[in-house]
Amino acid sequence: MIWSNEYAIDILPVLLDGLWLTVRITLLGMGIALVLGLFVAVIRFLKIPVLSALFTFYVLFVRGTPLLAQVYAAFYVLPTYGIRFSALVTGVAVIGINYSAYTAEVYRAGIEGVPAGQWEAAKALSLPHRRTWAKIVLPQSIKTIIPVLGNYWVQMFKDTAILSAITVVELMQSAKTLANSDVRSLEPYTIAGIMYLVISYTASLLVKALERRYAPTH
Amino acid sequence: MSTVFEYRELFIQGLQATALLTVLGLLLTLVVAFTAGLARLSRHWVLRAPSYVFVEVFRGTSMIVQLFWFYYALPQLGLQLTPLFAGVLVLGLNEGAYAAEVVRGTIASRPRGQTEACIALGLSPAQRMRRVLIPQSIPAMLPSFGNVFVDLLKATSLVSFITVSELTFLALDVRNNTGETTAVFLTMLVIYFALAMAIAMLTLLLERRFAIDRKRRPSLRKALLGSGGGPVSA
Repeated sequence: MIWSNEYAIDILPVLLDGLWLTVRITLLGMGIALVLGLFVAVIRFLKIPVLSALFTFYVLFVRGTPLLAQVYAAFYVLPTYGIRFSALVTGVAVIGINYSAYTAEVYRAGIEGVPAGQWEAAKALSLPHRRTWAKIVLPQSIKTIIPVLGNYWVQMFKDTAILSAITVVELMQSAKTLANSDVRSLEPYTIAGIMYLVISYTASLLVKALERRYAPTH
Repeated sequence: MSTVFEYRELFIQGLQATALLTVLGLLLTLVVAFTAGLARLSRHWVLRAPSYVFVEVFRGTSMIVQLFWFYYALPQLGLQLTPLFAGVLVLGLNEGAYAAEVVRGTIASRPRGQTEACIALGLSPAQRMRRVLIPQSIPAMLPSFGNVFVDLLKATSLVSFITVSELTFLALDVRNNTGETTAVFLTMLVIYFALAMAIAMLTLLLERRFAIDRKRRPSLRKALLGSGGGPVSA
């Protein structure tokens, strides 16, 4: 018997536990990425001499190196300086920091995507600076920003599997543990794959619907 | 840093393996991207449907799952791949699925007038695609393919999971053997960063060389940071 249904049903609860942790990591990680990314985008937007350049380098460096390499570096380097976190905390922090470099660019592109005419019109109407931002620029840029952020969220969901490298028992690690202890690889990896697929496919359909709904009017 | 110098040959070996994986992966990615992307534009559902399923399955599952599936689960079905072969295969199929969307999207967004002009000139659908639509689309695809290329480079680090001795694998190895952590991992990150920058520069050169509209020269910043869309929405 190549594929065993009994075994597949047997391991389902363990994998569902892993999936639940994966979902929680994705929620937390995206929370960090959204806030930190906004901070980075604002600093870069303000063009503060040294600081803004530093954050541009941050975005470049984080985007130019693999998440796995960052995860290993954080997990092994920090303890040598006496900074100790659990694998889970390190993993969530690194994935959040990694994605902040992407969300920062999404915010920037969204704001720069608002046509210059909108700024000029606001100026011509002598709207105060704050109202220009709050009523003109942000509402229009948010329409382009939200679907892209949604896409990154789905991407992060799949990337959490990388945290299995530092023994965070999310979905992928659960599958690996099962495969190693039961010497059956086909069922755990196939079911894990299906779980990733079902969630990320559904989520990407939702993002597509958002994209259509928020299609920019300008 | 002396540890890094002492083990420099391992780093060079890792760098070579990473470069090899990236280049072989890119070749397969291009083949997969054009095959699946063009199939999705076909009038026949026999071609469209399988290509849609392929793209969604490979985009919808983690690349790590795919690696483990091809390397550890396939033997249970009687097929044992070598680590390098499984690695290149998964890199090409995974990134190819993303790039297929780039191919499909770019070709589909050519102005209608081009297709109409081809029909008026009596070109067959195959000629229209080969002589007009694809050549026009390639410059427009370059920025997105640059992103895919960098993603591919970063994805090669995951191939360390199936025991391919590339850069991440060997860095971990050096660290385990020497106990030297900071310098080893810093070197690894810097090498990846340098490679990613080199790819971004190469993409920029290609973009400038093949730009249809020479007045709007692609900027360095855009080449380095991408358009903000990333691989998912591309």
